[in-house]
Amino acid sequence: MTTTTYAGTPVVLDDEGFFADPDQWTEAMAPEIAKEHAIDELTDRHWKVLTFMRAEYAEKGTGPTVRVLGKASGVSVKELYQLFPKGPAKTAAKIAGIPKPKGCI
Amino acid sequence: MTTATLEKVSIIVSKGSLEGIYPALIMANGARAEGIEADLFFTFFGLDAITKKRYEHIKFATVGNPGLHLPTVVGALPGAPDMITRLMERRMAKLDIPPIPEFIEMISDTGAGLYACKASVDLFELEKDDLIDEVQGVITVGDFYNLAANAQIIYT
Repeated sequence: MTTTTYAGTPVVLDDEGFFADPDQWTEAMAPEIAKEHAIDELTDRHWKVLTFMRAEYAEKGTGPTVRVLGKASGVSVKELYQLFPKGPAKTAAKIAGIPKPKGCI
Repeated sequence: MTTATLEKVSIIVSKGSLEGIYPALIMANGARAEGIEADLFFTFFGLDAITKKRYEHIKFATVGNPGLHLPTVVGALPGAPDMITRLMERRMAKLDIPPIPEFIEMISDTGAGLYACKASVDLFELEKDDLIDEVQGVITVGDFYNLAANAQIIYT
């Protein structure tokens, strides 16, 4: 666990850089986290994914896999990899302030 | 866990059975999910996974498969491969593992490369048109090794 500061507020991250407590996340933090992952600007399409991640986590207690994202978020798998080249499910989970998604697929 | 340093994998798919193909697809998809580049090289019976006429009909090997824990004669009974394949497909669907055609399309969409082995394509008298559209090329082993430069090569 480490503590870091986003948007002027200290937050706790786990050893892999995911939020330990999703309640600490605010929308204002997202652009800062995105920059750490080489995403300079969060577009509406990025936000569509991030909002979906938050909603899935709130409902199911775990973030969606790429397959679920591709089927249900309204953003295709192809576009997901354009938006988040270093792996959509995990990068988006970090930016959306939710724990690491589980699952092999 | 340490930060991942693996940047690229090249996975060789040489078997044409359900249990021969799925591990390769899961590893390739998992690599892309981690932001690792991935190429798949389909050779010998692995070609079935990207052959239009065959890839919807991949079956479980029920004969000579000790992992099934079934007497060989039972696996050889008429209808046994279909029955066991359906059973496994139902279980995989429950775990949200897609059927092979959908899985391959998804892996292609992740930006992974799909390549067919030229020697195998010639051996089975196939043409490029017999392979699914996602295949990026029919290439030689030498071409494959060039593509795989700086990658980990995984044989499944």
